[in-house]
Amino acid sequence: MSFSLHEMISFLPTLLAGARITITVSIVSYVLALIVGLAFGIARIIRFWPVRIIAAAYVQFIRGTPLLLQLFFIYYVLPYTGLVIAPFPSGVLGLTINYSAYMAEVFRSGIQAIPHGQWQAARSLGMSRRLLMRRIILPQAIRIVLPAIGNFFVSIFKDSALVSIIAMRDLMFRGELLASATFKYFEIFTMVAIIYFIISYPTAKLVEYIEVKLNVSDQHMQGPLGHV
Amino acid sequence: MPDAAPGSDTTILALHGISKSYGHLAVLRQVTLAIDKGEVVCIIGPSGAGKSTLLRCVNHLDSVDSGTISFEGRPVYRYPLAGRMVTDPDRRIEEVRARIGMVFQSFNLFPHLTALGNIVEAPIHVLRERPDAALARGRDLLAKVGLREKENAYPHQLSGGQQQRVAIARALAMNPKLMLFDEATSALDPELVGEVLRVMRQLAAEGMTMLVVTHEMDFARDVADRVVFMADGIIVEEGPPGAIFSAPANPRTRQFLQNVLDRSGRLQANG
Ligand SMILES: Nc1ncnc2c1ncn2[C@@H]1O[C@H](COP(=O)(O)OP(=O)(O)OP(=O)(O)O)[C@@H](O)[C@H]1O
Ligand SMILES: [Mg+2]
Repeated sequence: MSFSLHEMISFLPTLLAGARITITVSIVSYVLALIVGLAFGIARIIRFWPVRIIAAAYVQFIRGTPLLLQLFFIYYVLPYTGLVIAPFPSGVLGLTINYSAYMAEVFRSGIQAIPHGQWQAARSLGMSRRLLMRRIILPQAIRIVLPAIGNFFVSIFKDSALVSIIAMRDLMFRGELLASATFKYFEIFTMVAIIYFIISYPTAKLVEYIEVKLNVSDQHMQGPLGHV
Repeated sequence: MPDAAPGSDTTILALHGISKSYGHLAVLRQVTLAIDKGEVVCIIGPSGAGKSTLLRCVNHLDSVDSGTISFEGRPVYRYPLAGRMVTDPDRRIEEVRARIGMVFQSFNLFPHLTALGNIVEAPIHVLRERPDAALARGRDLLAKVGLREKENAYPHQLSGGQQQRVAIARALAMNPKLMLFDEATSALDPELVGEVLRVMRQLAAEGMTMLVVTHEMDFARDVADRVVFMADGIIVEEGPPGAIFSAPANPRTRQFLQNVLDRSGRLQANG
């Protein structure tokens, strides 16, 4: 096997352009999934039951089907209904829908982990449901779910490789394209792996760091009144 | 017992025939109780009597199955109007709750807020007080409960007794017309009970209307205008503390007081 550094450097610009798309699609999807996930997480415990049912159905259905299939549906099936979505928004849509379902579960469990006494105390002070959710429950719940939510940030980078199958020109897609054109599978996929790792490892470290920082400053969350 | 018909202008709270079940368990059975402005009423009774449930019904943390509750002369939460039952809108229920303070056995301070933050949270966001005014009043209240230097402490940095005093200050910050205490000292180490009872005594002396569920018989004897003995979801007996403690009319009351006194006697003997 010939191994040419010169050749590898020549692949780099293409792969880095793909990496940029990978990062963009991941960050955009992550932020959207956070918002949608929080909304569905709250919807799952809302008093008005039809909203609860719809949110539960959404979460269970999305979690019960593969991301790959969800991407296929958006990109290949929706056009039959007259809805044609370009690769980039399709990828963002698929990742957002998929991750929001998982995040909704995490937010819901975080909210439900807050002791009953916190709700009672807030209600006894005349707080509305909306106010006590925003000022009392969510600030505590978000600290609880932060590790899980942070890990999603790492995994979405890797899962975003799946968008390559719907023609999004991300890192994976460009790697495959280059490899099949040059037959330099070893060099190219090694480079792709290294680039993924270079993105995800510092991200994981950053998430870890934020977690530790928050844990230290939030020791008071483990105070004696965590249970009722 | 003062003659306090619902709606009379000295009555602040009137429970009329309220009943509540959890499944087949009747926790409150036709409870009728009226409380005058400035009155301190202590509820005593064995575990499972329905004392906490009664308090929770007063500010609608739990709803009654039947019977009516009047607060400040008006029926609240759920009541018959023009021949059918109506339910108050959330907004109205929240307004009533804002006028009733509640202190819990487990304190339930908000762990992500400082002592002062706990106190000013509802005045600022529910009553929409100006933050600087709320903070100034919050500091006064902390001083009142003897915690002037603790305004920046988080709940986990405070002892149980201190946490409970912050919780009382938090309730007082809403300028409540009625204060509910549900075994406010039961979760405390014995040496911390006194500091909380002192604050409650002071509050009573200032004329606060209080409905107090307690196992502290000395407190009930000294502070209560009226003692209510509950068992199995009914009010078995009520009257001035002198009468209830020295000459209980009902054998169940006698039995209960005997048990409590035995137990505290044993505790003193052992301690
Ligand atoms: N949410 C609930 N669901 C089912 N049963 C309940 C619930 N809350 C209370 N109960 C039951 O209702 C009865 C009365 O409870 P409550 O807490 O009012 O008693 P209590 O007089 O305050 O007793 P304690 O002195 O132990 O605090 C108990 O038998 C209790 O098990
Ligand atoms: Mg109780």
